[in-house]
Amino acid sequence: MRTPDIGAVTDALRTRLHAIWETEPGWRGWLSTVDHKEIGLRYIVTAFLMLIIGGIEALVIRLQLAGPDLRLLTPEQYDQFFTMHGMTMIFLYASPILSGFSNYLWPLLLGSRDMAFPRLNAFSYWVYLAAAIFLYSGFVVGAGPDDGWFNYVPYAERNYSPGPNQDIYALGMMLLGISTTVGAANFIVTAFKMRAPGMAINRLPILIWGTLTASVANLIVVPAVSLAFFLLWMDRQFGTGFFQPALGGQPLLWQHLFWLFGHPWVYAIVLPAMGMVSDGLPVFCRRPLAGYSLVALSTVATMILGFGVWVHHMFATGLPALSLSFFSGASIIITVPSAVAVFAWLATIWTGRPVITTAFLFYASMILLFVIGGVSGFMTASVPADWQLTDTYFVVAHIHYVLIGINVFPVVGATYFWFPKMSGRFLDERLGRWNFWTMFLGFNLGFLPMHLTGLLGMPRRIWTYSDGMGWDGLNLITTIGSFLFAAGVLIFFVNVAKSLRSGAPANDNPWDAPTLEWSIPSPPPPYNFAVIPTIASRHPLWENRLQESRARSTLDRGMTLDHGKETLTTTPMDAEPERIVEMPEDSYAPLLLTAGLATLFAGLALKAWPIAGTSGLLVFAALLFWLWPRRQLLERAPAHG
Amino acid sequence: MSATPLDYLFSSAGRRADVTLPLTWFMLIVSVVVCLVVAGLLLGSLRGAKGGGAAETAAEPVRRDHAGGLRWITIGLAISSVPLLISLIWTMAALAQVAGPPRRPEMTIDVTAHQWWWEADYHGTEPADSFVTANEIHIPVGVPVEIRLRGGDVIHSFWVPQLAGKTDTIPGQQNIAWLEARRPGIFRGQCAEYCGAEHAKMGFEVVAQPMAEFQRWRQDQLQPAPPPATQAQRQGYALTMARCGLCHAIRGTSATARGGPDLTHLMSRRLIAAAMLPNNPGALGGWIQDPQGVKPGALMPAQHLSGEQLTDVIAYLETLQ
Repeated sequence: MRTPDIGAVTDALRTRLHAIWETEPGWRGWLSTVDHKEIGLRYIVTAFLMLIIGGIEALVIRLQLAGPDLRLLTPEQYDQFFTMHGMTMIFLYASPILSGFSNYLWPLLLGSRDMAFPRLNAFSYWVYLAAAIFLYSGFVVGAGPDDGWFNYVPYAERNYSPGPNQDIYALGMMLLGISTTVGAANFIVTAFKMRAPGMAINRLPILIWGTLTASVANLIVVPAVSLAFFLLWMDRQFGTGFFQPALGGQPLLWQHLFWLFGHPWVYAIVLPAMGMVSDGLPVFCRRPLAGYSLVALSTVATMILGFGVWVHHMFATGLPALSLSFFSGASIIITVPSAVAVFAWLATIWTGRPVITTAFLFYASMILLFVIGGVSGFMTASVPADWQLTDTYFVVAHIHYVLIGINVFPVVGATYFWFPKMSGRFLDERLGRWNFWTMFLGFNLGFLPMHLTGLLGMPRRIWTYSDGMGWDGLNLITTIGSFLFAAGVLIFFVNVAKSLRSGAPANDNPWDAPTLEWSIPSPPPPYNFAVIPTIASRHPLWENRLQESRARSTLDRGMTLDHGKETLTTTPMDAEPERIVEMPEDSYAPLLLTAGLATLFAGLALKAWPIAGTSGLLVFAALLFWLWPRRQLLERAPAHG
Repeated sequence: MSATPLDYLFSSAGRRADVTLPLTWFMLIVSVVVCLVVAGLLLGSLRGAKGGGAAETAAEPVRRDHAGGLRWITIGLAISSVPLLISLIWTMAALAQVAGPPRRPEMTIDVTAHQWWWEADYHGTEPADSFVTANEIHIPVGVPVEIRLRGGDVIHSFWVPQLAGKTDTIPGQQNIAWLEARRPGIFRGQCAEYCGAEHAKMGFEVVAQPMAEFQRWRQDQLQPAPPPATQAQRQGYALTMARCGLCHAIRGTSATARGGPDLTHLMSRRLIAAAMLPNNPGALGGWIQDPQGVKPGALMPAQHLSGEQLTDVIAYLETLQ
């Protein structure tokens, strides 16, 4: 074992670390980098691109529904559009955007130089990109998935859907599941092992709690949906009949497997975003988050309860009333941990001195949108009420308040907040106000009346409707609101493009925020921290003002770890230093493995078995290349000096 | 029919919808109040707040945490638990009332959902008492009627909002719904589970009638179709058997297929094409000639009849009273 060198941050040290950690410039570096910041940014850019694509699909849908009996789309086209919209937003935007922010931010928040498994991290991104392209490959040739993102059987079986549409969806979701799974494993190990010394479990930022909780959930539930899609693919290819009643199968089995995954997934795509608000609001309220421990616990509690509510998606399927009442009760009770978060945020604003910045507007308005999405969820938790509400536009309004309110608004707020860290420049605050108000008003104009549309009985997933149902005016308003909202999102992207070139420069800690990422330069150097910081509280940069205890964090002096690409692992609970680990160099292995997997899945989709077989060998070769033992990656470095 | 035939917030006419409606209103009011209170608290919290950017934020001094935060959470939870608890109890009580009928239903109708229409089988004590109809389900007022939902092709959902909430029809299993209309009337129904291209226009109607009227309707439906009388009807009859008979049944004739709705008493129905079009010769002719134009994706093929042939077919169909 070696005793690590302790030192101060010097220019010489920075130069040395830079040389060790820098990714090679040019296309080689671009294809092989394992830098979590680069990967995080790629996730963010790709996910925002998916948001734009899914948004355009939504606008086409809204045009088709703007008035009764319009014929802009055929039913077949409409069905593909609403399926692609849902799939894109839920799987290719909402989750990856949070993975992107977490990938970028986690090591910076935790005081580490990288994620636990950098190559796995790169692999997770490449597979996500491959899955996104794969899932869109059918749509661009007019054979996209058309059975909704929930993909109910037997409609998705071959006898009702003979084209390649559902094969692509099934295989694409399995591919995406690989990305989600390895990403989740990486987050969990990183959270427990890669923290700076002293960052005990009760000092973690809430974003870490959110993503950690979501990752544990993903690791548990993604196999359920991957299995479901695999069984469906088997049904379609080989007539296995898992979901076919004529062959002894059960259509409801699909719904159980899907929602066993689907409901926890909803929490997985909001909990990290709630964490962004919990960490960001206090900065603008100039005080620590109220009720930190309760908020952290409620994050975990939401997820635990979230495993027991999936049947509320299936209240109308004819299950016995007794079992429905259990899931109904659980679904009503799950509002309690959410209420904890809401009151904690409200308390933080009330007892603080809020400064209304654009980021604050997005975070604070999220509280209201969260509550609106929450109470409509509470209404659908009641079985008798849900038998009327389910599968109407009331639920469409609900899911959009949840996903736009608790994901998009915090994410845009988080972009205003962390953009200076990522780019060294501010987003324009003036344009930011326009951005916020257009999005906020457009969203509510579009989606608040939609609750009434649902209460007046408009079913979901209908390609058109007759006049005389009482929905004409409401639908027109929703369409207008959607376009206004889209204009708001456009202003956001304009702001990003403009500010990247000409935004006001930002220093290391422009908002005077309390957490570790603000102690390093903007944008951060490739090695993040020149010395490994030692943490004494939840708010290392506010300690002198909060005076919570006498202990102080040490940020400018610590382990230098400059003998190679090194960082430190610590114990899971108290973050005691454990060992120095050598991090892997940039590598082509993740990209190669992804290429193998992508061609394997393409072969399966095309039923080109020779291609699938050959790609299987490529996958095996890439794994060998990846896992080939290398002496320098042994964890225990020999003692020296 | 009202201006909002699928609305379940402002009107209910059946026992199950009657029980659900006040619960829905209670939860809706609680929800609106919660949203208003939170919006008020948010606005209130911004009193004296100043706008700005990074400079203003950084200039504001940082304050210490104090116990006030925890009090917010405990008081907030205490207050919100009251409506939560009431909703929970009300939900369970309402569920007990709507889950099953108060007494044994005197009558059972088998409803099978197909892409994209509804088949209703009325069973008597003997085969001669049984008949099949489509897209228009008659029930007597004031008595619980059991609806046995049989899955046909894919999953659909049976929904008559002003009488009762949804029950899915799932292939391979039989779900039970029940209806009890409080007053006579025509109530709109709609498929509520996505089932493919024409899920949108997969409607039906439930006609609730006083018992005597219902029995008369039942007697009428039991009659087989009359033989064609005029020359046009006879020509139309032949065409109908040759074309329509491949998918449709007309009792008393050689047409016995069950791929589409039973047409024996087609003209007794208020609407056609799964409650999409009014039942008049014009709409009927348009539907027969161009079903794909009326309802893209529908499984009924266009018939390409000449004008004369169409007139004959309609002349015959009009005898199916």
